[in-house]
Amino acid sequence: MRIHLTSVFVDDQAKALRFYTEILGFVKKYDVPVGGTDRWLTVVSPEEPGGTELLLEPAGHPAVKPYRDALAADGIPLAQFAVSDVRAEYERLSGLGVRFTQEPLEMGPVTTAVFDDTCGNLIQIATQPEQ
Amino acid sequence: MADDLFKALADPTRRTILDELAEQSGQTLFEICSRLSMKHRLGISRQGVSQHLAVLEAAGLVETRREGRCKFHDLNTAPLRQITERWPVPDPSGPEESPS
Repeated sequence: MRIHLTSVFVDDQAKALRFYTEILGFVKKYDVPVGGTDRWLTVVSPEEPGGTELLLEPAGHPAVKPYRDALAADGIPLAQFAVSDVRAEYERLSGLGVRFTQEPLEMGPVTTAVFDDTCGNLIQIATQPEQ
Repeated sequence: MADDLFKALADPTRRTILDELAEQSGQTLFEICSRLSMKHRLGISRQGVSQHLAVLEAAGLVETRREGRCKFHDLNTAPLRQITERWPVPDPSGPEESPS
């Protein structure tokens, strides 16, 4: 079994696509209408085009808002992405106006930071410990 | 008020939380939990950390503010003044010695 897709709920798919591609640097993989204005919209890392897809899923279900509000209040991220240098990525994204709720924090071999994706989610970036 | 202060300071985990907030103000609950588990190897549940924060907040040592959708915790050392007002610390007379 493999993990080939995971998802985050987003308030607005068009806005989310812009943030996840233009700011974060992912590339669009699938964009298929699925009824109404909803799209099956996935992005992948350009470093791994055949790798795990991230589904930018419409946040229309009424359970999504209370779920995300409660997690955001406590600063809990809903997804984690790997980067080679958290501090460099923090500087790059801050320069693009991205708001961080946790600045880079070194904890032993792991460094993490948490930012707001402007679509309703907090996202953690982390250095992967050497395999 | 003084009882709340001494009770809050009596617990080593709560003192560690204050140390971490002194190092970096404006932390979410998530960040405080990360620091306790990753830096200090303290296996405390998120709920447990929440309860410690409530005690610190009752003593006035931690203040919270909402910014956007997140709640941030700040250190407030002002209540500690009660201690030196109650038991004054004499001014050093000679040249100040560096603390060891």
